[in-house]
Amino acid sequence: MAMMPPGGSLPTELSIEPALTPEDPGAGALTAVEAEELGVAPAVRPRSMLRRGWEVFAENKLALASLGVVLFMVLFCFVGPLIYKTDQVHTNLNNVLCTPSGSHLLGCDNVGYDVLGRLMVGGQTSLEVGTAAALVSVLFGTLYGALSGFVGGIADAFLMRLVDAGLSIPYITVIIILSVIFHPNKAIMIFVIAAFYWLGVARLVRGETLTLRTREYVQAVKIVGGRNRRAIIRHIVPNAIGTIIVQATFAVADSILILAGLGFLGLGVNPPSTDWGSMLSGGLNYLQSSQNYWWLIYPAGIAIIITCIAINFIGDALRDAFETRLQRR
Amino acid sequence: MIGYLIRRLLQTLVVLFFVTVITLFLVHLFPGGPIRAMLGQRATPAQVAYYNHIYGFDQPFYMQYVKWIDQLIHGNLGFSTKLNQSVASLMAQDLPKTIILVGLGTIVSLLFGIPLGMYQAVKRYTIGDYALTGVSFLGYATPTFFVGLMLVEWFSVYTHLFPPFGPQSSSALGVLEQPRALVLPVVAYAFVLYALWSRYMRSSVMDNLVQDYVRTARAKGASERRVLFGHVFRNSLISIVTLLGLSLPTLVAGAIFIEVVFNYPGMGLAFYNAAENVDYQVLLGFTVLATVATILGNLLADISYAMLDPRVRYS
Repeated sequence: MAMMPPGGSLPTELSIEPALTPEDPGAGALTAVEAEELGVAPAVRPRSMLRRGWEVFAENKLALASLGVVLFMVLFCFVGPLIYKTDQVHTNLNNVLCTPSGSHLLGCDNVGYDVLGRLMVGGQTSLEVGTAAALVSVLFGTLYGALSGFVGGIADAFLMRLVDAGLSIPYITVIIILSVIFHPNKAIMIFVIAAFYWLGVARLVRGETLTLRTREYVQAVKIVGGRNRRAIIRHIVPNAIGTIIVQATFAVADSILILAGLGFLGLGVNPPSTDWGSMLSGGLNYLQSSQNYWWLIYPAGIAIIITCIAINFIGDALRDAFETRLQRR
Repeated sequence: MIGYLIRRLLQTLVVLFFVTVITLFLVHLFPGGPIRAMLGQRATPAQVAYYNHIYGFDQPFYMQYVKWIDQLIHGNLGFSTKLNQSVASLMAQDLPKTIILVGLGTIVSLLFGIPLGMYQAVKRYTIGDYALTGVSFLGYATPTFFVGLMLVEWFSVYTHLFPPFGPQSSSALGVLEQPRALVLPVVAYAFVLYALWSRYMRSSVMDNLVQDYVRTARAKGASERRVLFGHVFRNSLISIVTLLGLSLPTLVAGAIFIEVVFNYPGMGLAFYNAAENVDYQVLLGFTVLATVATILGNLLADISYAMLDPRVRYS
């Protein structure tokens, strides 16, 4: 898509501070490290890679629109209930399966909850669990992968065989077993999803680390007597940050989908809590009934799809942004 | 090559060891232990202790492990007290049906994904490419079960073209005798996989199109058709073969959701029922089987990759 950056920006960026870009493996990077070790700030601050990533990202209209969609969803779920007030704790049997009307814009479900309000509350769970699970797995996976790749040798082999083993177990079976074992609430759902998702992140970051650790500026840390922890946290992780951020973005969408799947199977959060997937469990029964209860199926399903597509578009654009940066090297 | 094979096999054994330990460990996570899960809340502590002894859960973990592995090697996958049936016989009954679903779904998705992914790569950044990219993004973002729900709504509830549930039969042959009932589950399954293959094929073909051998072929005057189908297609297919071997976890996940939505009587539905009934023997047996299949899939993928692509050097 945005593989080719529109003219203009490329030559100017390269000509401003070519020697001071932090990922430049040449002498300039060594100077930067030395300067940092000595506590001297470099004369010209290089524009951070995050900043440049954002510039490329902002050129992508689809990505900006997707960002807008995600922001809208967040507002809808978290601010919406303050404006559109509904009771999402007590069931109301007078309202069972009521059709959409002025007082219930999207009708009611099979126990009388207002569907529009439920969509907001369920969305809170989906977005919270999705984001938190992504954060936990990316944080843990990054540290694990960076450590494993950096120390190398037998420790690396051992740590990676553990990851291989985890990845060989079809994730859905483990996740289903874990949610049978623990009666799920939000915190447990986050743990259950992250328990499997970090494995992929760890493998990815480890691969990145293997190439980064041979770079001069990482070697330089060792030469000046810096500890491993410093090398990993200050040099390896920041330079792998592009990969990590892209992965984190996709992780949010994937976690939302996994949560939806568990909810659909009836293994999600317990009522009166709900999430978009739980709203769809039992949806099959309403499809096949003589009346058309479209509001029980479409709102939650479309909310999942729109959110996940938007997040995936953002992830794709971020990848383009960071990969273009790689190409400019 | 021989050295690579031996090292790869050793790695597989180590992974198998870890996986089995993790799986057995999962059993002990059940609240009150596996026996409590089996007997239910009202079992007395004496009963639990008695069955713990019978099943050997009172022994140290490594003894349980050795005993369990010994049973697995002899084809004993455990006994489901809830179904009063051995897990092995349950699998013999249900697994062929799942293989039919997964096999047909995978073939259909490949038949669409490979040519369309290739088309996208050749016509990249055109309307057609963007439209198909949209379709595959939709495939990525739509939960498998929702695809199933939609298909039932459109092709069964509204138009009555196909039955809303999968073939209901206890034998694999019976499943094949109801092709109309197979259509919706297979299509739903294939749609989600299609996104995976087409996306992968697109980037793989695009990578191959800029390789030196393509330039050489063109320089020698090979027609565009020959470059595409004689050279690029075959090389891109290598990575798809590898991807197939690595995708088993995705295939298993898809099977569980599709089977639940369409009430398709395969292994995925049996696993789901076991989860609802806390039937840990079935959960464990299915997980071990699917895991071993995945490990073998990875192994086959690696070996076939090393054999198909002579550029790959493993040292």
